[in-house]
Amino acid sequence: MNEITQNLLKLVSDWKGSFSGAYNIRENGCGIDRKSSKNIKIESKQDKPGLDIRIAPGTKGETVYIPACVTHGGVDDLVYNDFYVGAGADVLIIAGCGVHTENGEPARHNGIHRFFLEEGSRVKYQEKHIGTGGIGIKSIDPVTDIHLGKDSVLEMDTVQIGGVDKTLRETTAVAEEGARLIIRERLLTDGEQTADTIFKVELNGKNSGADIVSRSVARGASRQTYTSDIVGNAPCTGHSECDAIIADTAFVDAAPKLSARDPDAELIHEAAIGKIAGEQILKLRTLGLTEEEAEAKIIEGFLS
Amino acid sequence: MLCLEDISWIAPDGRTVLNGLNLEIPDGKLTVITGPNGSGKTTLARIIAGIENPTSGRILLDGKDITGMDVTERARYGVSFAFQQPVRFKGITVRSLLETAAGGKQEDRKLCSILGDVGLCSKDYLDREVNATLSGGEIKRVEIATVLARNSRLAVFDEPEAGIDLWSFKSLIGVFKRMHESLNGTLVIISHQERILRIADEIVLLADGAIKAQGESKKMMTQVLSSGSVKAACCREEALFNE
Repeated sequence: MNEITQNLLKLVSDWKGSFSGAYNIRENGCGIDRKSSKNIKIESKQDKPGLDIRIAPGTKGETVYIPACVTHGGVDDLVYNDFYVGAGADVLIIAGCGVHTENGEPARHNGIHRFFLEEGSRVKYQEKHIGTGGIGIKSIDPVTDIHLGKDSVLEMDTVQIGGVDKTLRETTAVAEEGARLIIRERLLTDGEQTADTIFKVELNGKNSGADIVSRSVARGASRQTYTSDIVGNAPCTGHSECDAIIADTAFVDAAPKLSARDPDAELIHEAAIGKIAGEQILKLRTLGLTEEEAEAKIIEGFLS
Repeated sequence: MLCLEDISWIAPDGRTVLNGLNLEIPDGKLTVITGPNGSGKTTLARIIAGIENPTSGRILLDGKDITGMDVTERARYGVSFAFQQPVRFKGITVRSLLETAAGGKQEDRKLCSILGDVGLCSKDYLDREVNATLSGGEIKRVEIATVLARNSRLAVFDEPEAGIDLWSFKSLIGVFKRMHESLNGTLVIISHQERILRIADEIVLLADGAIKAQGESKKMMTQVLSSGSVKAACCREEALFNE
């Protein structure tokens, strides 16, 4: 494992020289280290690049790490990872991605992750994306496809707070009876960066629910788009919220869409875009912060 | 001592709001500034905090001319300000705001004590965001707590009673009474409320952008109540406060 990979691992997946639990580390398109546990089996796919991760029913309190790193330009990494989560399991999945370039050539990671949650299972899914290094377009294009079985819960925490030049983030989900999807997304773009986020959730089961909250900051001349579509096909609850702070000449487009296909579908969306309120800066200045410190504090809190 | 010398302020629309105002606010006391709507009370408070700059005149704090200091510099010099309409922050917790006010990380014990002083249970509030989920009474108390956390030599409160219900108002009076009893610095409250005037050491009556009268609370009470600018405590309020 090279030094850049070790650095990226620290940034995206709490790497402290080793992982405890099941893991697979991917570097420039190749698996470089892997360990399964008694309850969590990680195996290579036979037909395409990627992994099948099988979590035994009833597994509790275990963690799976599947970080991916691209450490130089000229790499276009595509990987398919499928997670099969057994009934009643309760696990944490950490899937960070770091892309590093220095030689001016572009580098990209495209991770296609599918989740199949069986009845009553719970997954906390953390995804942290970062770009480091110098010249060279760094792209991360994650695709997340979630199948929520009866009474299962998936909580997705996805963060991208620096260095990624281009990102297209697509998340789709289907929820059966009593299943819940909770998504928290935080994004920061600067310079000429672009970020496009698309969520599509189908609530098919009775009492299923989705709660999607995206907070983003767009600075410099960066550009972001946010699209969400929650379809209520049964008595269900859905909430989508997009909050964005814009500065400089950046712009943000938000298009939250709701589709109610059942009279008992309760769907709500909220979207707010604007610059930092002058009153907020003023309040923090009365506490002794400078204008720059106040702005940094507001953004740090907003994206925390 | 806070001294305002010949302070004038002309609004962007050309209206003269403060007109050659001279005022001395004594150290270690609770001074309430009152007066009719439009008399310039809030402008005066904002000028003390550095949020507005006077068109002319000087502001001296303990002999030092602070007129040229901006909001941040005045805060660092020891001026605190509680807004009439406290601002909300998505994502910033009560803990984080209080620590910012106090100038760095604080022990839970210290933060609990500050929240306790404003009648909030720290367990329920420390990790709550200062966002729209806080009620008018709660956000007001958090605002006051940020001023308490600063422990500064001069604290200015702009109409702390604005926008809160009678019950919250009653406990707010309790907060100011306690602050007054354990006073380290000088307190200035802008208010219309008889209940707040009653806990003052000094009362300043403002009219048409200048000081109309100033003196000890007891001596001033009759004059300010008859001036029509103060909201006298109503019978419901009296009943609630006498419970």
